[in-house]
Amino acid sequence: MRSAGRVVGAGIAALLVLAGCASGSQSTTTDNTPITLTLATFNKFGYSDAMLAQYHTLHPNVTVVQNIAATSQAAQDNMFTKLAAGSGLGDVEAVEVDWMPKLKQYGNLFVDLTTTDTKSRWLDWKTKAATVNGRLIGAGTDIGPEAICYRSDAFAKAGLPSDPAGVTQLLTGDWNNYYSVGERFAKANTGVAWFDSAGATFQGLANQYHNFFEADDGSVVATTNPDVKNAFVSVLTASSKSSAHLQEWSTDWNAGLANGAWATMLCPSWMLGVISGNGPKIKDWKIANVFPNGGGNWGGSYLTVPTQGKHTKEAKELALWLTAPEQQIAAFVTTGNYPSQVGAYNNPALTGATNPYFGNAPIGQIFADRAKAVTVTPYKGVKYAAIMQAVQDGLTRVESRKQTIDASWAQVVSDIKALG
Amino acid sequence: MTTSTVVVRALSRRRFAIRENLGRWDVKYSPYAFISPFFIVFALVGLFPLAYTGWVSLHSWDLIGGEGGWTGFENFAFVLQQRQFWVALRNTMSIFLVSAVPQLIVATAIAAALDTNLRNRTFWRMSVLLPFVVMPVAVTLIFGSMFGERYGLVNRTLAEVGLGPIRWHTDPLASHIAIATMVNFRWTGYNALILLAGMQAIPRDLYEAATIDGATWLRRFFRITIPQLRPTVIFVIITATIGGLQIFDEPRLYDQNGLGGEDQQWMTMTIYLYKLGWTQLNFGRAAAVAWLLFVVIVAIGLINLALTRRIASAGAGR
Repeated sequence: MRSAGRVVGAGIAALLVLAGCASGSQSTTTDNTPITLTLATFNKFGYSDAMLAQYHTLHPNVTVVQNIAATSQAAQDNMFTKLAAGSGLGDVEAVEVDWMPKLKQYGNLFVDLTTTDTKSRWLDWKTKAATVNGRLIGAGTDIGPEAICYRSDAFAKAGLPSDPAGVTQLLTGDWNNYYSVGERFAKANTGVAWFDSAGATFQGLANQYHNFFEADDGSVVATTNPDVKNAFVSVLTASSKSSAHLQEWSTDWNAGLANGAWATMLCPSWMLGVISGNGPKIKDWKIANVFPNGGGNWGGSYLTVPTQGKHTKEAKELALWLTAPEQQIAAFVTTGNYPSQVGAYNNPALTGATNPYFGNAPIGQIFADRAKAVTVTPYKGVKYAAIMQAVQDGLTRVESRKQTIDASWAQVVSDIKALG
Repeated sequence: MTTSTVVVRALSRRRFAIRENLGRWDVKYSPYAFISPFFIVFALVGLFPLAYTGWVSLHSWDLIGGEGGWTGFENFAFVLQQRQFWVALRNTMSIFLVSAVPQLIVATAIAAALDTNLRNRTFWRMSVLLPFVVMPVAVTLIFGSMFGERYGLVNRTLAEVGLGPIRWHTDPLASHIAIATMVNFRWTGYNALILLAGMQAIPRDLYEAATIDGATWLRRFFRITIPQLRPTVIFVIITATIGGLQIFDEPRLYDQNGLGGEDQQWMTMTIYLYKLGWTQLNFGRAAAVAWLLFVVIVAIGLINLALTRRIASAGAGR
């Protein structure tokens, strides 16, 4: 309560530094001076201590310390506060794709990571989303190609096919097919919902359009784009019968996952770690190599090197080493984060990977297929994250029975206009 | 020789004059020097930021990009037209009332209990302060999961005794009560100790005289303790007002997004400020909200002061 003062104080400190305009000085450290680099990540990036120790053996003068923030939101708040302050960021900072556009406005605060061997390291769209005026400010780590995760016991109980091949066939089709199978599932009264929440499902739809919320020039079209309203209404219509109504990432959602409250969920590769981590007691989660309406990508991250750091040259080297195919394959094996590096895709260590929690599913093969199915790159502008938040709030208002679909949509429209 | 004595005399006179002046300055100005650290620090960390925030609020200002031109009172006009601003004001007031009022009543009761001849007095006093030592983040995480709607401890317990679930994260008032519970958990003991210190300073002979006159415990409490406690109560109320209206940690960590709920059920003024400044990077608007919050706090503080003065003096006058 009273520490609000501290937060305001921090803001004021930020202002003071802004006023003084202290710009980070770049030192040119000679090769052998021992230095420490801080690597700031969040959630699970799969950069193990062993991997960082390996870097130390390769570069004996460099020691890497990793600071892990609990959530992407916490990392984002930290990032913007310290960017404004002009100091305090790690030498290498992880950034999620959804808030990358906000950072791209301040591209000159980040080191250009372009080198000869980074030209074709990543998928084109991955590189493009982190390039400002020809400068590459983020080195891609992972992407989030989406499959469907489902609980085979619940499927069997509802009289649906329960083996991965059967489910894949059952769910091949568009979103309406996914919803109508959900209706069939609901009629069987298994006591389990079809999906977790309207909000999570909406993410799947949103990532299948190029200009969903914003046009290519950055102007907001969310309130007039019929696709947005259709997605909003259709997800909520399905949700009334099929949803567990548990808002994603909430404490109830985490508990619901642990208790097996829903039978299917959209499954970007990084979700595997979330499911197995939250639901150790649920034994029947499987992965179907299918996604409604083709393919989709949800999330994925970058490593950036802020210019305010003291050892930007060494930090750049570290960021490029960590995002090289070999290291990202190691990360995939540890946490399931699917590499964004083209060079990784033919590596047997990746293609042959399996996951015992999901019934030894061939995850390397599944996510390679799911990544190939992604045909659309969503345009995400400066306001993307804020608009998404407004829409998600609207979905939750209906799911928590506070408002009707129409009333909630009207409030979404006014909230989006208030962002202007 | 004569000239030298004249010089010496003139010099010593001048020296004397300087010393006299120094002495006078010492008496006149050194008190200001002695109290200056407070004012210098206050000007640096209190006054300057306040004025600077005002300056920022009159500009279009990006959190990272910085100043973007003079806009006059546009930021204020924009903020005042937002539905969310008024919802935030409502929530702040509601959470403040739901937390501060019971908190002060309970704190006074605890202080009165601790003021009696207890065994292991220090132990009881320390344990009252224990919740205050716990990190607010930890408190919020624990309470946040207790108040989960479907799997939370509170609703599970309610279901056990046959009561329907309370929608702690959906219903505005329920969420305000949940947040107020966290605030009270942390601050009741702290305020109780301050009130206890105030009670200990009340001359004991007042009580003895009243006891001899046959006043009951309750009567002594309301006729002696409460009126004598007036300065302490005013202090506690004013700090509780300032803190309560700036409440941030608890609502920020009450759910996973930290933005005050899907319908802004528990979005307070500081959360709204944070949302504008740090999520939308619009520092000008955030600064405008900060100033409006300042005005609200001053207004409520004055009302509080007037009310407590009246209540306390009415009690003492009788």
